[in-house]
Amino acid sequence: MDLLGHYNYYVVVVLMMIGFYSVIARGNMAKKIMGLNLFQTSVFIMFISAGKVIGGSTPIYQKGVELYSNPLPHVLILTAIVVGVATTAVGLALTVRIREAYGSIEDDDLIEDDGEDADGHGNGQ
Amino acid sequence: MTILEWMPFSVLVPLIAAPLCALLPGRVMPWSLAMLAVIASAAISALVLPAAVDEPLRYAFGNWPPPFGIEYYVDAVNAFLALLISAMAVVILPWARKSVNQEVPERQGPFYALFLLAMSGLMGITLTGDAFNVFVFLEISSLSTYALIAHGQRRAALLASFRYLIMGTLGATFYLIGIGLLYIATGTLNMADLAERVPEVSDTRAVRAAFGFIVVGIGLKLALFPLHRWLPGAYANAPSAVTVFIAATATKVAVYILLRLVFTVFGVEFALDMPYREVFFTLGIIGILFASISAIDQPTAKRMLAYSSVAQIGYIALAISLVSVEGLAAGLVHIFNHALMKGALFMAVGAVIYRLGTNRVEDFAGLAKSMPWTMLAFVLAGLSLIGVPLTAGFISKWALIQAAIAQDNWVAVAVVLVGSLLAVIYIGRIAEAAYLRPAPENRAPIREVGPWMMVPLWLLIAANFWFGIDTSLTLDTATRGAEVLMGVGP
Repeated sequence: MDLLGHYNYYVVVVLMMIGFYSVIARGNMAKKIMGLNLFQTSVFIMFISAGKVIGGSTPIYQKGVELYSNPLPHVLILTAIVVGVATTAVGLALTVRIREAYGSIEDDDLIEDDGEDADGHGNGQ
Repeated sequence: MTILEWMPFSVLVPLIAAPLCALLPGRVMPWSLAMLAVIASAAISALVLPAAVDEPLRYAFGNWPPPFGIEYYVDAVNAFLALLISAMAVVILPWARKSVNQEVPERQGPFYALFLLAMSGLMGITLTGDAFNVFVFLEISSLSTYALIAHGQRRAALLASFRYLIMGTLGATFYLIGIGLLYIATGTLNMADLAERVPEVSDTRAVRAAFGFIVVGIGLKLALFPLHRWLPGAYANAPSAVTVFIAATATKVAVYILLRLVFTVFGVEFALDMPYREVFFTLGIIGILFASISAIDQPTAKRMLAYSSVAQIGYIALAISLVSVEGLAAGLVHIFNHALMKGALFMAVGAVIYRLGTNRVEDFAGLAKSMPWTMLAFVLAGLSLIGVPLTAGFISKWALIQAAIAQDNWVAVAVVLVGSLLAVIYIGRIAEAAYLRPAPENRAPIREVGPWMMVPLWLLIAANFWFGIDTSLTLDTATRGAEVLMGVGP
C-alpha cells in the first residue's frame, strides 16, 4: 500500500534522473535542453503531488465541502512553469545562434574551437 | 511615505524601467533611463540601511499579512548588500557607456533593459523574505545575465552563455527541490516562519535532503569549487561592462542567500549537525589553491581575473565555514571589498580592451607608457586583491585570519597567506608586462581612455583605499549582520 501511495514520487525520481542524465551525458544541445525540461517537470510533479490532500476536494469554494486540497503548490508551479518556458526559449535561441556561428550543436565539435577562441584569437578581443 | 513604504521601490524602479528601456530608440535615451533608475534604487537603498540596522523592516506586499503573502524582510545583512549592488550599478553604468557603444553597437535599448532586469533580480533576491520569491528573482537575474553574456563579440560568448544556462538552471532547480521539500515538511515558505518551524522537524530525512539540495543548488550559482566550471568562460567572453557588473555582484548575492538560508532558516545547530563546516572548509581551501594556481597561466587577463574570482569565493567559503561572528563578518566584509577590487580590476582590463581590442597578457607589454592611469589603477586594485595594508583587501583578509586564529585554525591562516602570494604572481604578470617590457614596435599609437571610463575606475580605487583605512561602514555593519545571522547580540 505504501509502495503505491508513493507512486507519484517514484515517477518524480525516475523522470528527474532521466532528465539529469540527458543534461550531463548528451552532447547535442537540443537534447540537453530536453533533458533540462524533463528535470524541471519532475520537480513540478513533486510540488503538485504534495498539494493533494487525501479525500480533499478541488480548492474551489462550494457548500457542504469541509476538506480542500492545497492550492498553493499549483500557484507556485504556475510561476515555475513560466520560468521554465522562459529558460527553454533562451536556451533554444542560444542554440540557434550557436548553430549559425559554429555550424554544429554537438558539444564534441565545439570544445576545441572554444579553446582556441578563448586564447583571444578571432575578432574583437 | 515612510522609509518602509519606499523600500520595495529599490527593486521595483529598475524592474518597471526595464521594459520602458527596451522600447527606447538610439543610444542616449536607454542609457539615461537606466542611469536614473539605478540612481533612484541606490538612493533608496542608502536611506534603508541606517533604518534597517537596528530593527528589521518588514513590508507585506498587497497588504497580505505574512506568512500568507510575500514580504520583504530587510535587516542589517541584506540592507548592506542591497546598497552594495545598487551603488556598484551606479558606478558601473557611466563606465559602461563607452564600452557598450563599442562592443554592442546596435539595439542598446534591450541591452540596458537586460542590465536593469539583472540588477532588479539581484536586489529582489537580497530583499525578499520569501523562499519561493528568491527562486523567481534568481531566475529573473539569471536569465537576463545569460542574455547579457551572449552579447559578447566573439562566438565563444554564445557557448559560454549556453553552458552557464545549463549549469545555472540545474542550480536553480536544485534550489526549487530543496524549497519544495521544506514546504512539504513545514507548510510554509516565509523565511521567518520557516526558521520557527524547521527545528520541530529537523530530524526528518526530508529536511536534511532539503539542506543538501539547497546547498548544492546555490553552490552552483556562487561558483563554489568544484561547481565553478561555468564561471571563467562566462566572465571572459561577456561584454566588459557585463563582466564588471556580474563579477562584482552576482556570485555575492548567491553567498548572501546561502548565509540567509543556512543560518536564519536552518539555524546554526542544524548546520553544525550536517557536514556544513567540513564541506565548506575543504572546498574553500581547495578552491583558493586550485583557482589561484590556475589563474597564473591563463592566456587572457579577463580569464585570469575570473579564476581569481573563484579563489575569492574560496576565501568567503572558508570564512563562513568558521561558524563564528568574526568568521561571518569576515565573509560579509570580503563580499563588499571584493566587489570594489574586482570591479576596479575588470574596469581597468575593460579600458585596455576598449583601446587595444585585446586582453592577452603579452599584449599588455609596454602599456604603462601609453595608458599610465589605467595601468596604475590596475596595480593599485591588484594590491588590494593581494591584501596589502591600507587597502580594503587587507581588512577582509585580516578579519579572516583573526577569525581563524581565534579557533586555532592554522591551516586556514596558512592557506590565506599562500593564496595572497599566488595573487602576487598573477597580478605581477600583468604589471611586469605593462611596466618592464617594451611595447611591440608594430603597435599603432594608443591614447589613455577618457573621463567616462577614468572617473568610475578611480572612484573604485579611492573606495578601495577609503575602506582600507576607515572600516566603520564595512566592518561594523558586517559584524552587526553576522550577529543577526548567528542569532546573538542585541
